[in-house]
Amino acid sequence: MHDGGLQVEGIGHRWGAKQALDGVGFDLAPGAFCALLGPNGAGKSTLFGILTRLFTPQTGRVVVAGHDLSRAPLKALSRIGVVFQQSTLDLDQTVRRNLLYFAALHGISGREADRRAMAALDRLGMAERAAEKVAALNGGHRRRMEIARALIHRPSVLLLDEPTVGLDAAARRAITDHVHDLAATEGLTVLWATHLTDEVRPADRLVILHRGRVLADGTAAAIGGDDLTATFLSMTAATTDAKA
Amino acid sequence: MTSAWITALRAIILREFLRFLGQRGRFVSALVRPLVWLLVFAAGFRAALGLSIIPPYQTYITYETYIVPGLCGMICLFNGMQSSLSLVYDREMGSMRLLLTAPLPRWWLLTAKLVAGSLISVLQCLAFLAIAAAFGISMNISGYLFAIPAIFAAALMLGALGLLLSSQIRQLENFAGVMNFVIFPMFFLSSALYPLWKMQEASLLLYRICAANPFSHAVELIRFALYGQMNWLALAVTLGALVVFGAGAVWGYDPGRGQTARKA
Repeated sequence: MHDGGLQVEGIGHRWGAKQALDGVGFDLAPGAFCALLGPNGAGKSTLFGILTRLFTPQTGRVVVAGHDLSRAPLKALSRIGVVFQQSTLDLDQTVRRNLLYFAALHGISGREADRRAMAALDRLGMAERAAEKVAALNGGHRRRMEIARALIHRPSVLLLDEPTVGLDAAARRAITDHVHDLAATEGLTVLWATHLTDEVRPADRLVILHRGRVLADGTAAAIGGDDLTATFLSMTAATTDAKA
Repeated sequence: MTSAWITALRAIILREFLRFLGQRGRFVSALVRPLVWLLVFAAGFRAALGLSIIPPYQTYITYETYIVPGLCGMICLFNGMQSSLSLVYDREMGSMRLLLTAPLPRWWLLTAKLVAGSLISVLQCLAFLAIAAAFGISMNISGYLFAIPAIFAAALMLGALGLLLSSQIRQLENFAGVMNFVIFPMFFLSSALYPLWKMQEASLLLYRICAANPFSHAVELIRFALYGQMNWLALAVTLGALVVFGAGAVWGYDPGRGQTARKA
């Protein structure tokens, strides 16, 4: 177990008759970039709901930077930065005001909040947009801003739930590169949920989730070889066929 | 309570105020509704509804004067329900998720949201009372000052009901049912538009329902406060209902129970 990383152990969750997650587990070391790859309906969003404590799992546990999410939820949540699939920005407010609101939810106020907000924007190349209303930003910049916001409180673990949905190819590439750099240069543990294989690099840790179960866990190069897309499609199709 | 809690509370209140200032349409519509009742409905029904002298009034009053506290309650009721509507929307669209993942006790986050929405209700009621005064329906200055905490208590109770409802509603579409099954019965089965002795003359059963309705007590709390008096029963019922609704909302938003556990 690593104090700065993320441990997910035996997570099981059922929505009524449907088993959404069944014994899901993986262990991410500090600074790891892990892609959580799965088709639509694989259980990624349910897992993110559990990792962010929107609800508690029926079985299993989550440990964030050494803090058990169910036993010490506030300490664990204070070490997590989250970028949700759907935007959680206040469009009528300025970029800066959105960041300060989030900082305050983490107990950071005044000059310190301002300093951190500007530093986070600067890191994502958005410092000059601080005074603009969010509504004036394009989709790529809004996503960058959400990543900047998620880093204000200096989390150990960054969770991103399909952060490139709805973005064009250039914006997707820019955001994927940014987050890879963050993991490499700042020791941030990253869990990046996606259903797009081209967002995964060969050296990334890869967890393939399908029908609520982990189908594969290792480096992307080891799992996918030369063609991750083909491997991913064959793995998920094989499971689907076996169930059918 | 740590400074982080206060910092979050201030931020949530500030955000609610900024959203309120940015939504002038919401402010105007919140005022138009009670003003229509005051200036149109009350004018039409003034002759039909005779009022006897009942506490806190010490003389005969016009029907417009009678319904002013009820219309303050209406503002709080609609604002509380509108806040819960926005919570259902926020939960579906994401910004409520941001709030719920903050590293603070969930009950505190919900309380902060409730306080912020209730302060907006107080502002709307004061604006309404100012317009009513401009049309000649005024109280003493001390009455207005006493009314502020009473309106705040009423708004907290009705906002807590809204929070409780929002924790149980799965989809935005289901919210229409709230209008039919919560807002209208709560408003019409109360002392907002007619004194309860009038209802007792019509139907004992309806009277008892009205008397048990916490909204009636919220209205009476405001009514007495506007005349510098305290209605202890109304205060007790309003605060009791606040505790019950608030506890239900905290239960509903608990990660291991309630709506958030049933739907991602």
